Amino acid sequence: MTMRLNWPRLLLALALLIALAAALVAWLNVRGEDALAGSADAFSATPEQVARGAYLARAGNCAACHTDRGGAAYAGGKGIATPFGTVFASNLTPDAKTGIGSWSAAQFWRALHNGRSADGHLLYPAFPYPNFTEITRADADALFAFLRSQVPVAQANRAHALRFPYNLQASLAVWRALFFTPGVYEPQPGQSPQWNRGAYLVRALGHCAACHSPRNAFGATRDSLELSGGLIPLQNWYAPSLASSAEAGVADWSDAEVAALLKTGFTPRGAALGPMAEVVFRSTQYLDDADVAAMTAFLKSLPQGPAHPATAPMIGKEAFAHGAALYKDRCASCHGAEGEGGRSAQGVVYAPLAGNRKVLLESPANLIHIVANGGFPPTTAGNPRPYGMPPFGLSLKDEEIAVLATYVRAAWGNAAPAVSALDVLEAR
Amino acid sequence: MPPASVQLLLRFAAASIGMSLALSTAMAGSPQTVPDTLAQRMQPCSACHGREGRATQEGFFPRIAGKPAGYLYNQLDNFRSGRRAYPTMTYFVEQMSDPYLHEIADYFAALDLPYAPPQTVGAAADEIARGEALVRQGDAAHGVPACAQCHGATMTGVLPAIPGLLGLPRGYLVEQFGAWRTGQRKALAPDCMARVATMLTPADITAVATWLSSQPVAVGPAPAGSLARPLPLACGSVPP
Repeated sequence: MTMRLNWPRLLLALALLIALAAALVAWLNVRGEDALAGSADAFSATPEQVARGAYLARAGNCAACHTDRGGAAYAGGKGIATPFGTVFASNLTPDAKTGIGSWSAAQFWRALHNGRSADGHLLYPAFPYPNFTEITRADADALFAFLRSQVPVAQANRAHALRFPYNLQASLAVWRALFFTPGVYEPQPGQSPQWNRGAYLVRALGHCAACHSPRNAFGATRDSLELSGGLIPLQNWYAPSLASSAEAGVADWSDAEVAALLKTGFTPRGAALGPMAEVVFRSTQYLDDADVAAMTAFLKSLPQGPAHPATAPMIGKEAFAHGAALYKDRCASCHGAEGEGGRSAQGVVYAPLAGNRKVLLESPANLIHIVANGGFPPTTAGNPRPYGMPPFGLSLKDEEIAVLATYVRAAWGNAAPAVSALDVLEAR
Repeated sequence: MPPASVQLLLRFAAASIGMSLALSTAMAGSPQTVPDTLAQRMQPCSACHGREGRATQEGFFPRIAGKPAGYLYNQLDNFRSGRRAYPTMTYFVEQMSDPYLHEIADYFAALDLPYAPPQTVGAAADEIARGEALVRQGDAAHGVPACAQCHGATMTGVLPAIPGLLGLPRGYLVEQFGAWRTGQRKALAPDCMARVATMLTPADITAVATWLSSQPVAVGPAPAGSLARPLPLACGSVPP
């Protein structure tokens, strides 16, 4: 006995279901959109708006992606490597054909707020509109005014190089339906205006969560774990948690120390290196004192999760001695024989490694990067002539870097998991 | 006792030794004092370019000590702006201001350090002869100017922005010509060296590199103060 299936009806039901799902995805993709009002010509900017926009463009670090190395300012073309392929930043100069010269202020707002371009196509969230959606309309208009005041550069946008199925607008629509909700920043009534300003800067313009939050398998940041630290895809730098006193939380820092890190890229506890050096160099050093104080107030109020239990690394006597010898040879002349750091006439210039949170992060990625590739903190008005760290990746083997890193995680009362040669190979 | 628990015990013992060693060393005191000098700030450079930018003859990396400041600044800016590509250099300079890059260039330009003996010895005579001819006379038939016409009669560079070519590793020289030919290395337009590189055959390039890297460098090899004759090609990196 076979059961007779009513194929036509089944197919019809299936088609209906697919149509419903597609309609839902489509609706989710345009919800919260305002009608587009005004044309490109209708927009006239005040000098105050342009100046405000210039400041906000730095606060949002637009140039980090939209200005290519050696390229014209805001003309785009820089490739942003993601696990799904490379996304190329677009031309934001007011060139009518290749830039945003024919955009209206409303279309620019829709790009920031809803993640849709002037021609209606969906934008990839490498452009951090999940954060920028909370930017106010007034700030969006100021940014637009500033960008429209730039010299137009005729430079066609490069097509993204994304793999199937990530290259399809339909896939992006599904992603957006699942992970993106447009929103506005709602000031929290129980908090001061300063705190709310800081929260707005950190969450919306500063898009700090784009690096400092963990991402799921689809590359979406997880709201419930906001600012709790994340490994930056492909770069393999770990953006430490801003909500943990064991990582980069600043609840127990003085206001002056937080301000120093954001304004100068350097504190006696350590320097901004790697991706954060760029953020300080291009963005936070230009923030005014009131905004730095606001960000500080917000960051200091973040609930600090439980500290990681200190884990003594498994290190044998021989490896410890080997690490100590490498340390004495390569590191001690700057960081001190006992990891106490180094100071010159300008103050502390080499971070102490004893008790240093960067050294003790559970993920050894940043420590390995710093030992292997060295680097300089950014030059800023407050630290115009930074001291640097040599790259030891050329003269030390992976095994030696692992032993050295494990040693600094075990010496002087430090206690963090051991680093293996495989860790070094993966991170450097 | 079964082997697994022996292993566990040994690991525990090793960990205890490590821990007690860690605890026995003194806790961190106040930071030690380091010099407030540019030499100290530029420690990272010596990892490749040798102590004080003297560079290693056996290696790949170029000497930077004593090169004209204008040349050094141009190179730092080239790395920052993507005209030259070497990941470590790009990473070091990408968040540096113009004033700091100028200060760094001035610092290395002012260093007057002895050179190591020549790297290349025992090269074939005909290759040396071809190299020397190209350096001193160029190749008129192919429109190739002599190296010496721009880089100075003694090949020690010309102020403010033309580098000396002696004392550089052979492999470095060959790779720079390759990089110019493939567009991996660029200079401010018009890029005269890119033009020269395309005029030379691969055999010419190795001959020039062989001759240059086989020359001893006299004491005090200062760059010339000015060009003897106008440049044969327009160079964006050399101010008129």
